Amino acid sequence: MTAPLLITGGRLVDPSQGLDAVGDLLLVDGKVAAIGGQIAGPEGATRLDATGLVVAPGLIDVHVHLREPGREEVETVASGAQAAVAGGFTGVCAMPNTKPVTDNQATVGFVKRQGEAAGFARVYPYGAITVGQMGETLAEFGEMVAAGAVAVSDDGKPVENSHIMRTALEYAQTFGIPVVEHCEVMALAHGGAMHEGTVSARLGLKGIPGEAEEIDVIRCILLAKLTTGHIHLCHLSTKGSVDLVRWGKEQGVHVTAEVCSHHISLTHEAVEGYNTNAKMNPPLRTAEDVAALQQGLKDGTIDLLVTDHAPHHYDEKEREFADAPNGIVGLETALGVNITWLVERGVLTIPQMVDRMSCLPAKVFHLPGGTLAKGSVADVTLFDPSRRWTVDPTRFKSKGRNTPYGGQTLTGQAISTIVGGRVVYQLAP
Amino acid sequence: MTILGKDLLGLAGLSREQVTAILDVAEPLRAISERAIKKVPTLRGMTVVNLFFEPSTRTRISFEFAEKRMSADTVNVATAASSVSKGETLVDTARNLEAMRIDMVVIRHPHSGAARFLAERIESNVINAGDGTHEHPTQGLLDLLTLREKLGGLEGKRICIVGDVLHSRVARSNIWGLKAMGAQVAVCGPRSLLPGAIRELGVEVFDRIETAIEWADALNILRLQLERMQLGYIPSLREYNRVFGVTRARLERAPRDLVILHPGPMNRGVEIDSDVADGPHSVILEQVTNGVAVRMAVLYLLAGNAPALADAAKGATV
Repeated sequence: MTAPLLITGGRLVDPSQGLDAVGDLLLVDGKVAAIGGQIAGPEGATRLDATGLVVAPGLIDVHVHLREPGREEVETVASGAQAAVAGGFTGVCAMPNTKPVTDNQATVGFVKRQGEAAGFARVYPYGAITVGQMGETLAEFGEMVAAGAVAVSDDGKPVENSHIMRTALEYAQTFGIPVVEHCEVMALAHGGAMHEGTVSARLGLKGIPGEAEEIDVIRCILLAKLTTGHIHLCHLSTKGSVDLVRWGKEQGVHVTAEVCSHHISLTHEAVEGYNTNAKMNPPLRTAEDVAALQQGLKDGTIDLLVTDHAPHHYDEKEREFADAPNGIVGLETALGVNITWLVERGVLTIPQMVDRMSCLPAKVFHLPGGTLAKGSVADVTLFDPSRRWTVDPTRFKSKGRNTPYGGQTLTGQAISTIVGGRVVYQLAP
Repeated sequence: MTILGKDLLGLAGLSREQVTAILDVAEPLRAISERAIKKVPTLRGMTVVNLFFEPSTRTRISFEFAEKRMSADTVNVATAASSVSKGETLVDTARNLEAMRIDMVVIRHPHSGAARFLAERIESNVINAGDGTHEHPTQGLLDLLTLREKLGGLEGKRICIVGDVLHSRVARSNIWGLKAMGAQVAVCGPRSLLPGAIRELGVEVFDRIETAIEWADALNILRLQLERMQLGYIPSLREYNRVFGVTRARLERAPRDLVILHPGPMNRGVEIDSDVADGPHSVILEQVTNGVAVRMAVLYLLAGNAPALADAAKGATV
């Protein structure tokens, strides 16, 4: 049992209760005991001065790859969860494309226990939609949910068989979990290494057209409409996808969507020079797409901000572009990237950003947290929205160093991360 | 500073002055190959590695002749014989070679960007001998040298690149080189073999070969890789020849005589008919001859020699 924690003088930003005011926050026994105004802490409470900082419900990233089991040299649940709290995240959802695939209750339980043992961010496992992520046979949703899975996904690849996707959307409703699709038509994307456009034409790299994503986006929306299931669409990257999701929401379809920090900040120009740290799937696209994604985030078409944190070994990225794996790490840069590209440029306010990084992820995935309401879990992120810092990948807690932001100066950084009332991360002064 | 810098990775970004300098150096060097003793001492003592990760006959031989006629010591490393098949990475292979104290690497690789990747990681000069579907700068230069001679200059001249532009490194190098020299560039081929963003590279697009022939001063006809048909880019080679093949009948309707280039190896009867390939306006073998000269010029300039000394190099014999 940790001592009560009294956080004083911070800017309390909690969109779940429409709160944005300077005040105190008291955490007792892993729960929010009191919020707002001046609070006289109980005897023996630890005090944390939050003057000048934003005090928000803990950030939650519903899309990370922690690589365990199978690729522990690249990342472990513990190193990933530690990177998460260093980036201000109190909860992360771990994708199931591990080795072996997290497609059964035993592996789901293992990932969950590894997260608990690490004691950093809360780790919520995904289960696979299909056995081995092979797209053929549904995995056992019921058992996986009982073991701690919060959603199902074959992320890394799509569920190409529309009958299987339809069945997944129907079957998942028994357990109240979202079906999470990585939208891609493989036949169109096959062999592609970057966005299909001017830069790919110049560099002689095979491109992936935006339509490879959009065709799957509309297919999933239509199947969700048919089944009344909840489809959550991963890492949207194109203007077309935003338009289609907007249409789906207008039709009353239960569709939610996310966007990665890199897709709202970088374009395909970042690949210039065959930079493998700008290689990911879906790829970085055009400035027009970036603007549409920002707009979609602002108007609520896109619900969540995520990282798609994807650590890779140095050697894997240090090679010819076409052979380098997709993905970048993001947990320790996301808050800074989001403040720099969204808040500083007037796309989102701080409360709107907190909503999309904490309240809505909790709501969409039915997770604890995402609020500082009295009685809720004491997961809290303290961040300095105006602190400028330079990204130094060698200082990451993640084992991955593969970031396109290395050397860049970002605004906004996590100062303290609190999980269950316990301070699990404190930025070194 | 030398005119080219450390490496020749592509023609994109080269200035008109740089391209002109290479061509001007290449022209006199051609004479060396015409002599009984085809050798000058210019690169004596230099070691050049021809690092070929893809099968190639003419480019590798052309580079080897260029190196030997300049008196460089050369080693050929081909994929099958190298440790790459044992899982060694490209950068390890190159660093091992460099540890044996070499001066230049000529690299051919199936992946776009491989030459640049190497150049950023080793000290030696790197010459791109074709990387994936990105660039093949010495091929572009030999095409420019041939065209400049045949057309009496390049400024304002109309060159159409015909065929599989999507997968062609030759096409990209030609586009950049020709545009740097002030030529007008067009492409012609099935839309399935043209990059969607091709117009943004500053070229015109012709859907019909007849229109292209009417417009152009010269055609650079690309090789159609036979596997394009299996991958579904075109229905058949037969139809390709009927719609896009450069035939004598089509050329006879042209308002002017066209210069015909082909980087080889040719698929006779597919992208080019034999009577065109062997006809009076074909400069295909002159391209091959110019290839050796252009590669000598690139080796010479990357070795740090001044363009003005090229004539002196030509005069000297062993």
